Formats: sequence, C-alpha cells, structure tokens
Amino acid sequence: MAQTPTLAEESGTTPFSSSQSITLRIARYNPQHDSAKSFMEFQIPYEKWTTVLEAILEVKKHFDHSVAVRYSCRQATCGSCGMIINGKPRLACFTKISELNSNVITVEPMNNFPIIRDLAVKFERLFDTHHKIKPYLIRDDTEITTNTKEFLQSPEELEQYIQFSNCIKCGLCNSACPTMATDSSFVGPQALAQAYRYVADSRDKGKDNRLKIIDDSHGIWRCHFAGSCSQVCPKGVDPAMGIQLLRGYMLGFRS
Amino acid sequence: MKIHYGTALAAIALVAVHILMRLTQGFAESLEYDSVIANYKFLPYAGMLEIILILLSIHGFNGLRVILLELKQGRRYEKAVSYGCVAAMIALIAYGSRTIIMVNTGMT
Repeated sequence: MAQTPTLAEESGTTPFSSSQSITLRIARYNPQHDSAKSFMEFQIPYEKWTTVLEAILEVKKHFDHSVAVRYSCRQATCGSCGMIINGKPRLACFTKISELNSNVITVEPMNNFPIIRDLAVKFERLFDTHHKIKPYLIRDDTEITTNTKEFLQSPEELEQYIQFSNCIKCGLCNSACPTMATDSSFVGPQALAQAYRYVADSRDKGKDNRLKIIDDSHGIWRCHFAGSCSQVCPKGVDPAMGIQLLRGYMLGFRS
Repeated sequence: MKIHYGTALAAIALVAVHILMRLTQGFAESLEYDSVIANYKFLPYAGMLEIILILLSIHGFNGLRVILLELKQGRRYEKAVSYGCVAAMIALIAYGSRTIIMVNTGMT
C-alpha cells in the first residue's frame, strides 16, 4: 500500500548533488520561550537553480524539521514565503541562492510583523488594513442588472491600475516600510497601493468613501516616500507611486 | 495635512518677501533698533510679520505633532500630543504678537 508522503518527504524536493555549498543561517525564535532571536547554521549543497526556500526545506528534511516556515505555491504567486534574506525582504521561493553572490545566506522573519515562530509571522495587521480600504468595486448596479454583460474598459483605463492588481499580499512592502516600523497604526503601503488600485478603476464608484478612509491621522499622509516598498515588491508593483497618485486625488490634482 | 502644505507654501512666499525687504535696506542696518521699531509701527509690514508668525507656528507645531504621533501611539497619548501642540502654538503666537502690540501701543 502506498504511503502518503509527509511534509518533509514531498515529491517535489529532489536531493542536491552539487559540490557547491553555502552556509544557511536561519533565525530561530519562539516568543513563548525565547527572550531573543538566535541563529542556527547549516551547510547546504546547491545547484544554480536552487532557491532559498528549497534550501530551507532541505534543512527541514535532513537536519531540523522543527524550523517554522510558511510556504505554498513555490512560484511567487501565493505570497506566503516572504522573509528577510541577507538583509532584504524577498520571497524565498523567488530568490535563487546563486543570484545572492554570497557564501553565507541569512534568513530572518519579516520586519514589522509579529513573529509566530522562526520565519513564520502573523499577517493579521496586513489583512486588517487591506480589508479596511474596501478592496472591491463599489457601485450600486451589477453586471447582472445592466444590459451589458460586463463593465467594459478601454485599454487606457485598464492601464491606470493594472500593475497594482498584481499584488499578492506577501507583505514585503510593509516589511520594508520605515513608517510601519515606528507607527503601529499606519495603514501601510500594501493597503494604500490597493486603495489606489480601486480608486483608479473606472468601474469603481467608491472613490470618496475610500479617500475618506485613508485621510486619517495614521493614513496616507504618514508615508515619507522612502520608496523602499517599491524596491522590494517581487511582482513589480510600485506602491510608492500609487501613494503619490492617491495624494494627487486628495489634493484635487486628479479626479 | 492640506493645512500643512498650504502653510508651507504661503510661508515660503511671505518669508521671501520679508528677506527681499531686508536685503533692499542692507542686512546689518535692517537689524538696528530703530529700523526694527519702524517696521513694527508700519502696520502693513507688521501684519505680514504676524501672518508669517501664524503660518510658521501652525506648520511647525503640526509637524512636531506628526513626528510625535509617529513615535508612539495610543488614544490618550495622541490626544495629549494634539492638544499640547495647539496650546504651545497659541502660546507662541501670543508671545510673538505681544511685541507688535507693545510697539504700537507705545509700551516700548
């Protein structure tokens, strides 16, 4: 009878046979037991296509299965495996070891997120702020009640917001944001970029409502335009630009 | 936040006028006692100085308020910071206005 593979024996993880190896430093921290973060080091062989996530899974498979990491799709679509890799917020599944040009790779949990354990962080704040800006089309009618079967848009209208709809809610932008580090009530670049995504959508009628939500003492004006959110986005979204364009709406330069 | 941008832009324009007025007179000479008193007694100019004082006070204390709100959060703290900054702003405007009022009422 075939056995169901356990997490550490998934069919997708092939053993590496390369002569090259790196030192993988993994941050270990359990808020229930530990007072501070510590690092464990592992020697991991790698191929030129090996990703950081695969290296972490190699650790789980052969060295220490207790390393906590969140992952799912392994193709930069689900946004689960965000972490700080060699000091920069990145997706572990989207970062190849060979492109880091370092013999030592340090992985830590994302900044500005409470740590559950090791590399896994809580996403409540991100989801709360995302939900707060009403991330859906607001209008009274629907496609069902109108004569047209769908709300048509011109390519130019689509161009206004399409890059912002690529957001996978991985939280890397919030992790890189300096204001998120100091202001625990700040709505954050992810939610603001999504606010712009819907405000700029010609089908949406909830602009005033949404602008009112982000015109808060911990809303859009707290952004210092450091631009680090745009630097780290793995999907090419530019939240810093979205925030500036939203400010244009708020100051009456755009309508 | 619009008030922050508005006061900044208005202050830039009026401070530019103020500096240009000083430069036309000669900078060192413009700071002599009699020149300063004469400026305060010339009401349109004194009015402009008063407006600059108000604009910079609003801009400065609002900026300070924002910095303090970013450092720490909490309903009581945020209320205290906001009211404290408004009180400090009013105190500074009152103290600055006092000079103009004293000169124009002959108290110097």
